[in-house]
Amino acid sequence: MSPVLEARELHRHFGGVKAVNGISFAVAEREILGVIGPNGSGKSTLFNCLLGQIAPSSGRVLLDGVDVTGLRPSELNRRGVSRTFQLLQVFPQLSVRENLILAGQEHVGGRIRRLFGRPDAGLGGAADHMMELFRLTHLSALLAGSLSYGQQKLLDAAMAFMAGPRLVLLDEPAGGVNLTLLGAFRERLRAMNAEAGATFVVIEHNMDFVMSLCSRVICIAEGRIIADGLPGEVRENPEVIEAYLGH
Amino acid sequence: MTAVRQAGTLAGALGAILAAGLLAQGLAPYGVYLLSLWAVYTVAAIGLNLTLGYAGQISLAQAAFVGIGAYTTAILLPHGVPFGATLLAGAAISFALGVLLGFPALRVQGHYLAFVTLALTTLAFLVFRNESWLTGGVGGISHIARPAPFTSGRGYNLLCLGVLALVSFAVWWLLRSPWGRAFVALRENPVRAASLGVDVRAYTLLAFAIGAALGGVSGALYAPLVQYVEPSPFALAFSLSLLMMVVVGGSGSFLGPYVGALVAVLLPEWLRFLHDYYLVLYAALVILLLIAAPEGLVGLAAKGLRRRPQGHPAAEAKP
Repeated sequence: MSPVLEARELHRHFGGVKAVNGISFAVAEREILGVIGPNGSGKSTLFNCLLGQIAPSSGRVLLDGVDVTGLRPSELNRRGVSRTFQLLQVFPQLSVRENLILAGQEHVGGRIRRLFGRPDAGLGGAADHMMELFRLTHLSALLAGSLSYGQQKLLDAAMAFMAGPRLVLLDEPAGGVNLTLLGAFRERLRAMNAEAGATFVVIEHNMDFVMSLCSRVICIAEGRIIADGLPGEVRENPEVIEAYLGH
Repeated sequence: MTAVRQAGTLAGALGAILAAGLLAQGLAPYGVYLLSLWAVYTVAAIGLNLTLGYAGQISLAQAAFVGIGAYTTAILLPHGVPFGATLLAGAAISFALGVLLGFPALRVQGHYLAFVTLALTTLAFLVFRNESWLTGGVGGISHIARPAPFTSGRGYNLLCLGVLALVSFAVWWLLRSPWGRAFVALRENPVRAASLGVDVRAYTLLAFAIGAALGGVSGALYAPLVQYVEPSPFALAFSLSLLMMVVVGGSGSFLGPYVGALVAVLLPEWLRFLHDYYLVLYAALVILLLIAAPEGLVGLAAKGLRRRPQGHPAAEAKP
């Protein structure tokens, strides 16, 4: 069976800077892959190449064995790829519930059918379920912009799951989330992985979060993969310690 | 926005239209004309509000679309084409041009986009003025007949208000549908919207095209109202005036265009004693309004209505 996601010899250069320099890896179905690396190592550029935000200078991205290199983010999303962003990206003037409905509506029927169909595109129940899963039910009618940072982070993650994606790329999901919420957040991600069968790729600086959530970790430094293996192996890898942990 | 509040905004708009219809029965012909003009301007402002207020795409081309609608009706009516068909033709031509105008918006934003749309207004004005074989040039087209049975001032007022009511319902329906949500997403965060599957390209073009089509409808109503069209009403100044209507009423507010158009129609009448200086006062009032209430008059009123005691921050999520 072909991997859900595969990067083959991805390169992305900005002038003379090689932000991504020949990265290849594959993500198997239901896997939770962690991507770590020091600041400026090329993690976000790699994500942007995988997600169609920027075109790679060379190399290919395959989704279920199909070449999707250069596809627009909206097209990738319709093929089952979802993401969260490093910085908060909710729609502040929409309510929590409307944010969630928006996150799924483009996957329901054709555009004309959506115009003449139900205002919630038939996703009201799914939005309620997602709010329950992410403990957002009591905030349903509030504008997303009025929520606390942690609540918006939860909403941001919940939105990524509204369309029932096969693959979710999470960019620093633990950033700015307080310790109380973090454990619960990790459990919710695990539940989504187990119950919904979603495959994850997670960029994260919080080592405890990555090591306890991911089944496999790759470490990137200067645009290259320097380690790939089980979380414990990567944590003990001398090259990783030198490049990332700094001791 | 809850369904109840959405229904409330439609009821408010339809109530205002009904009130205008009733008011017209007791007014002198000039008052009836002003109410008809309000309806015509409101339709154009609703279109611009959709493009600018909801989808966040600035446009200084709305006057061009009103002009296209007006000239389409003025040119086709004498050839025996029914008014309804001329109205649809004006809307369709404007829709097609709106799609074309939307393409630059896929590349440029903000004041760069404003300049692109401004160019269309200028181009349309030059066509209206110079293509005399079609538009009558600076002399324009006169004796534009009003469609039966709406030939009287009051009758035509009913037609204008009826079209405004239909437009109000159609736009309300659109905004409460997933399309409306996608337009807001386009305005607030197109990158995030695209990552959720929203086809930013398609919705940007639709926002321009639907807004432009409503400009065409407005123009189609305008021509038989004044019974004479010439290029000058469709110049840049009118685009700016429509922009003011949207901003003063409340950009991105459903009721904003109704209020903004009312101010634009009535203020020159109330300040008539100031002659041309009324524009100075109008500008000063707009500046003060935007400082005090950037969300416009409707936003100001809504803020006043929902003012409650402080201290209700959103509760922390309980994991």
